[in-house]
Amino acid sequence: MNIHEYQAKQLLAKYGVAVPLEIPAKSLDEVRVAAEKITAGGSARVVVKSQIHAGGRGKGTFKTGFQGGVKVAASVDEAVSHAKNMLGNVLVTKQTGVDGRRVQTLLIASGAKIKKEFYLAVLLDRAVSRPLVMASTEGGMDIEEVAAKTPEKIFKEWIDPAVGIMPYQARKITAALGLKGDLFNAAAKFVTGVFNTWWECDASLVEINPMCVVELPDGKETVVALDAKISLDDNGLYRHKDIQAMRDLNEEAPLEIEASKFNLNYIKLDGNIACLVNGAGLAMATMDIIQHFGGRPANFLDVGGGASQEQVAAAFKIILQDSNVKGILVNIFGGIMDCNVIATGIVAAVKETGLKLPLIVRLEGNNVAAGKKTLAESGLKLITGDSMTDAAQKVVKAVGKQTI
Amino acid sequence: MSILVKPGTKVLVQGITGSFGARHAQLSIDYGTQVVAGVTPGKGGQVFEHGGKKVPIFDTVAEAVKQTGATASAVFVPAAFAADAILEGADAGLELVVAITEGIPVRDMIRVKRALQGRATRLIGPNCPGIVTPGEGKDSHGGCRIGIAPGYIHKKGHIGVVSRSGTLTYEAVWQLTTRGAGQSTCIGIGGDPVPGLSHLDVIKLFNDDPDTHGILIIGEIGGSAEEEAARWIRKNCKKPVAGFIAGATAPPGRRMGHAGAIISGGEGTATAKIAAFKAAGIGVAATPSEMADTLLKMM
Repeated sequence: MNIHEYQAKQLLAKYGVAVPLEIPAKSLDEVRVAAEKITAGGSARVVVKSQIHAGGRGKGTFKTGFQGGVKVAASVDEAVSHAKNMLGNVLVTKQTGVDGRRVQTLLIASGAKIKKEFYLAVLLDRAVSRPLVMASTEGGMDIEEVAAKTPEKIFKEWIDPAVGIMPYQARKITAALGLKGDLFNAAAKFVTGVFNTWWECDASLVEINPMCVVELPDGKETVVALDAKISLDDNGLYRHKDIQAMRDLNEEAPLEIEASKFNLNYIKLDGNIACLVNGAGLAMATMDIIQHFGGRPANFLDVGGGASQEQVAAAFKIILQDSNVKGILVNIFGGIMDCNVIATGIVAAVKETGLKLPLIVRLEGNNVAAGKKTLAESGLKLITGDSMTDAAQKVVKAVGKQTI
Repeated sequence: MSILVKPGTKVLVQGITGSFGARHAQLSIDYGTQVVAGVTPGKGGQVFEHGGKKVPIFDTVAEAVKQTGATASAVFVPAAFAADAILEGADAGLELVVAITEGIPVRDMIRVKRALQGRATRLIGPNCPGIVTPGEGKDSHGGCRIGIAPGYIHKKGHIGVVSRSGTLTYEAVWQLTTRGAGQSTCIGIGGDPVPGLSHLDVIKLFNDDPDTHGILIIGEIGGSAEEEAARWIRKNCKKPVAGFIAGATAPPGRRMGHAGAIISGGEGTATAKIAAFKAAGIGVAATPSEMADTLLKMM
């Protein structure tokens, strides 16, 4: 699960990570109140930041033509004027795809005088099954680009899960960033807090980009998280009721939400051949073989290792809500479950939905002969495939090759 | 021969009284596996009955091991308690713990993996179909089945299979069996980002097993375990290896069902894994329909 920047900063603050004075706002009235508080706090400028689950907001464009999902205002009125152009409108960035995301919350922040920018992240290093803290002096940049071009500018420190982050490790990271004096100690505390947020919240990624040295109105310098991104491990969410409440369904595809209600794993893609498969690996392999024979998969859909009749019916309904779909490939390897039960489920689902599209079914495994008989005697115009190759070729032929 | 488990291996089931654990304990007994004990805290002293077989239930794994001599376990307990169950198995001195449970938090598995360091206990999974060493009877009856894989699709023979997936593994095993090529042992290592045994760990065991003559390795997007295995195979593996990587069409940044099947930061792509396989001399199946044929052509 992903959360918004303002929510990420709320979590970070709980673990002692310094964040700037910021207030989320969902209406123009709230924006005005928030901006007044920010200016009363001594900040000459007010920053208005669109809250969507995607990066590249600053350089994004609203579908209205308004440029920039992050704006700096010199007054409360100007901040409200920017907010008017953002709230309720769809922002397209390099990460959102052409559909963009509707902005429903803004983060109203004080304008910071930035002296230095760093990159700091915590993630799982799968190669060693340990948490990894990554820091770089190249803050505000695309870290993948930094990793590709100047890997020596990324400092890495692995954390032993038996002891957690030790103070000396936080100091090593801070030293690698070149900080001195009071800032050195502040940054070490900051790094420790960011790691603890990752660990305690069951996060899969905490990314602070940029982590900044800013100059306060009184001339002193301090370290703050100017931007923050947190992704959570879905499997750990049951431990965190407060984080569960941060889920924003507006950021998720409606069909994927619908699928999750039936314990189906559905991901919409942009092709026209839908697939319905049991098991994630086989589902990926089915998408691959469709493409191998010149078709384009419309979705990933895993009905689980032991799909029930209700799940199969729900899966058909979800697939059919995608108007791009021109044909369906069902690929089931019934290991333990009975292929005949699945066949019966398919027949019921097809009749219930009044399916008109070409349907190719490939069944294999337990009681497959009875399953094929059920399909053959159903009176439905479905096509059976003997192998994955056969089924994939048949569905591609039925739909016709897409040229895109 | 085989790896990790053989037909006589004594198996206990952690979570045998839950519906999922019970069903698969029954299927393992039907397959002829030596299921000698169940463990459910608070139900010690009860008996799990199936097919005329009475399996004693214990409160702790240590007690079950002491009383029955079990050396391997299947973990079916709910995700929130699975880390504890795995480490209880290790503490009791089991040689092998197979964690079937799906949905264990990554943080729990990071701690489990750290706690297993320096111990002799091997972990398969979590979020996996488990391990099967086929037997000699009809439909490979009499083998050792720990987990949820269908037993009958196997056939005793000389191919080792290792995979991150469940049904895609069954597909591969079934392709082998229907072509008359039996298996020494088949292992699903699971689809999570922090697994117990890795592809490489299993490949090394197959390489050392005199009864395994060829290896089928099935991977998918996410992480770099396939590349790691390929690098080792290139230098050290003396046996023919064929493979398949699922997820060539998966979009980056999206989790494809398995918690570990995600391309992130440009890493873990199918393209990179296939290239690593090819560089290591691993025969790459162009489609999942050709997994068995690709290997059999090399043997």
